[in-house]
This record gives sequence, structure tokens and C-alpha cells, in this order.
Amino acid sequence: MTAAALAPVESVLATTYRAARFADVLRSEWTKIRSVRSTLWTLLVAAVLGIGLSALFSGLAANAYRTDSGGVRTNWDPTSISTSGLGIAQLALAVLGVLVISSEYSTGAIRTSLTAVPLRGRFLAAKATVIAAIAFVMGQVMAFTAFFVGQALISGDAPTAGLGDPHVLRAVFGGGLYLTLIALFGIGLGAVLRSAAGAITILVAMLYVLPGLAQALPSSIKDVVDKFWPTNAGQQITTVVRGDHTLPAWAGFAVMCTFVAIVLAAAHIRLHRRDA
Amino acid sequence: MRTGTDTIEARNLTKRYGTTTAVDDLSFTVRAGLVTGFLGPNGAGKTTTMRMILGLDAPTRGDVAVGGKHYRDLSAPLREVGALIDANAVHPQRTAFNHLLSLAQSNAIPRSRVGEVLGVVGLDSVADRRVGGFSLGMKQRLGIAAALLGDPPVLMFDEPVNGLDPEGIVWIRELMRAFAAEGRTVLVSSHLMNEMALTADHLIVIGRGRLLRDEGVTEFVEASSDQWVLVRAERLDALAATLTEAGGRVKSGPDASLEVAGMTSMAIGRLAASTGAVLFELAPQRASLEEAFMELTHDSVEYQTSGTTS
Repeated sequence: MTAAALAPVESVLATTYRAARFADVLRSEWTKIRSVRSTLWTLLVAAVLGIGLSALFSGLAANAYRTDSGGVRTNWDPTSISTSGLGIAQLALAVLGVLVISSEYSTGAIRTSLTAVPLRGRFLAAKATVIAAIAFVMGQVMAFTAFFVGQALISGDAPTAGLGDPHVLRAVFGGGLYLTLIALFGIGLGAVLRSAAGAITILVAMLYVLPGLAQALPSSIKDVVDKFWPTNAGQQITTVVRGDHTLPAWAGFAVMCTFVAIVLAAAHIRLHRRDA
Repeated sequence: MRTGTDTIEARNLTKRYGTTTAVDDLSFTVRAGLVTGFLGPNGAGKTTTMRMILGLDAPTRGDVAVGGKHYRDLSAPLREVGALIDANAVHPQRTAFNHLLSLAQSNAIPRSRVGEVLGVVGLDSVADRRVGGFSLGMKQRLGIAAALLGDPPVLMFDEPVNGLDPEGIVWIRELMRAFAAEGRTVLVSSHLMNEMALTADHLIVIGRGRLLRDEGVTEFVEASSDQWVLVRAERLDALAATLTEAGGRVKSGPDASLEVAGMTSMAIGRLAASTGAVLFELAPQRASLEEAFMELTHDSVEYQTSGTTS
């Protein structure tokens, strides 16, 4: 490219200025997240998995209900079944949370970001707010879409649920809330580890591998894990029929909230204590 | 833009990483209206010092302030300090415009300013291209645009000519001189003395994290440049003895010559005439700035090494 002649530094800026506020940093973080391709891709993957797999599971479960009068009919929870794909889609939203902060470190952009916003708590809070808002909207769209698609697929073969039935609205709305927490968990983990690979490994372990392994343990331990493991506890808000060894919906959600709050606090401390 | 009072002040600034001391008890003041060259070999601690000024790294000891405030206490830091530390510190998927827009928004700088600074650095035609496809020179320009966003009275550039073509180097040199002429504080680091000699008014030279010089470029040149006289003559040994006796510092130079320090060529010529020596060559010499700088920093490294082993 050709070197420009020294252009005059005429400025539109006034000599006095107002201090930057939290809302300014929010606006900046929104620009950042919407201007990278990976955001769109991750959300697309989340939607396909969340709605597609929910539909698939709903169809399979309805078929099983019709042909098999045994186990599948006990604790039949059409609401939970119709949104079960969210349990896989959660990984995409958690990864979105991780990437929002880990990409700052992998690209070196964190140094530019913290030069613009040296208040690190404000920086992390703005990022977390933006990611929570995106995950909340996306989560609600996915949960309600999956619910209605699932009920349509189940109807005819098995009993369905309606939003007016007891606890159903809470369970569907709760699916979106749970995904919001998962995205916040991702950003916290990303900020603590500063690396996408490490954070995603821990995510997979936390969300799938460790709760799965616990199933092989003696029931005295397994039951405690089933009840209090943060993601297990958090997912109770998406069920209408309460299973064995589980917390009540809102109590489980509170356990998950506490866990995510601890991870975010650790992220905050690490961001403050360590050089960028 | 407010000018005149905005300076960078470091007091006993120290940064240790484990047992390594990157910056060692550094005190200096960068004044407004001048281009101050921050000079030292690679690894001398220049970038670490700049990172501490920007609050990216916390000092182990000591303190640094911009316009009397810690960086993190600035209410809209990009309005006070513009810095280019690492041109690669951008997300490659983001366009140049969106990169600058996100920075502008974070400091409540109007959107219109983004197009303005893109124009100043000559990147307006590639504003909507992703930064990942930029050459290092284009990224340097983008980094400079980011530094100019808030029209700040204090500007800091870390090795800004890296990756720039010759035209670009001349451009940034003129830009920094223009900023200083407007009364801004300009701190620019480099490991190249000759580049600084062309750009800077004042020099802060560090080696191994320690302050070696804090003086004007002219004073630096006069103080640091070794001056000596190259002498070729018949019966060199006898002349060497005569010159040493008269107070000259004599050592043998290349190709049967003498290098005489501490005497002018006029004095040497007179002495030679009085003893009847036949002179072939009598040439005053001056080390280049680059040599002076290398000599200075080389000494500091040697001093440090012998200091720790004794």
C-alpha cells in the first residue's frame, strides 16, 4: 500500500470529554462479539443441535411410549423430553463463552482491550453481560421452539404437555435460564484458564464425562453426585416430573448459580492479580 | 487536546519476573512538546516499562503516572494516552473499522472519529477488510490509528517503524515530530540509535532495565561519541612515547597506525613537528552514534555481569 502523506490531524473531538461508563463498555463488547464470524457459527451449531436433537429425541421417545408399555411410561415427562437436545447444545453456548475471552488472549487483543478499559472488573462484567444476554435470548428461542416442535411430534403417540400445565412454563423458560448460566460458566472458565483448549476440555469433563463416570460408583456416592453436581442440579429447572435423588427445581438452580458465581469470582481475581 | 502539563513520570520503577529483573529502579520524566526516544537493546526492558505505564503489568516496586494519575484511574484513558505496543494485538477476524469502533465505543469517542483516524493513517480503502489479511505495515498503521482515536495529549509507540517500508518510516517520523510540535508528549522506543537520532529531541537510554542516560540528543552525541585522532608516521614507537609523555592516550591502530585520544590533531601535529617526526596521516575520528550506543549498552551488560560474579 502507498504511504499516505501526513494528513492533518483535524479532530471532531471536544477538548473536554465525559468519562467512559459501563454502558460504553457494553456497547464496545457488543461490537466485538457481533464482528467475529465464530459467534454466528457457534450460535448456528447451538440452534441446530438444540432444536434438531430435541425433535429427534421427542420422536424416538414417543415411538417408544407407543410400542413399549414398560419403563418409558414411568416418570413420563414430555416437557423435559421435548427440550432434551439443549443438553447437547449447551456445549456450543459454553464454548461461545470460552471463546469470547480466550480469543482475547490467543490473539493478544487483551492488551489492546485492557488499555482501552483498564478497570478489569468492568471489562469482565461487560463481557459477561453481553454473553449472558445473547445466551438468554438464544436459549429462550431454542427452548420454546424445541418445546413446541417436540409436543407436535409426541402428540398422537403419547401424552403431551401444554404451557398452561403446572410447572411446564417454568421448565421451558428454565431451559433458557440454564443455558444462560452455562454461557457464563464458559466465560468464567475461559478467563481463569486463558486457553480455549484447556477450558473446553474441562467443559466436556464437567458436563458429560464426570457425571457419566459417577454412574459406575457405589450408589451412596452416585446419588450425591446426581443430586449436587452443579450441572445436574441446574438441569432440574428443566424438568416437570422430579426424579429420584434430585433437588427441587429452584433449589437445584440455586446450586448451579452459586457454582457459576464462584467461577466468575475466580475469573475476576485472576484478571486482577495477573499481568495481562 | 490539552497539552503542556501531561507528562509521564516513573519513580523507582522495578519489575521482577522470578529472579530476573526486567526493569531495575527506573526513574525518569517524559516531557511534553518533545519526541523522547526510549532506547535500549532488545530485552533491555523498554516494552515492560511501557506496559507498566499502561497498567498492563503491575510494578514490583515503584510507581508510574501519566499526567499525575495512575493509568487505571483515567476516566477515559484513550482520551489521555494513545499507545501502540503490539501491532498484532488485534482479533484477525475483525475488520479494521470494527476494531477501531469497539475501541472508540469503550471510551465514549464518537463513531465519526473512526473514519477520521483511518484517513489519517491511509487505511480508509481497507476499512472493511479483516485485519487477519493485513501486512505488518498495515497493522502498524492500524495500531497508530487506534492510538490517535482519542486525540490524546500523550502518545507512546513501541518500535513503530518495524515492518514499515521506507516511505512509511519517513511518514511516522514526520507524524511524531508534528505531534511534539503541537505540544504533545511523545515517547517512542527503538533499539536503533540512528533512527532515534533522526526523530528524537531527548533520549532515555536503558540497558538491562537500568537507566544509562537521560539527556538531549545533542548532549548524548557529545558525551558518548569517542573522539580520537588516527596517526600514521615514520618511527611510530618514538612518536607514541612522545605523545604519551605529553598526556595523550595512545594505542596502536590498524595497519601500523596510532589512535590518539585526549589530544587534538593540531596538538599532535605540533608535537610531531617539534620532534622532527614525519607524518603520513593525521585524521580526526568520531564514532558513529550507533557505535556510541552499542559501546554504552555493551558496557552496561559487562558491568552487570562482572557485578554479579564478584
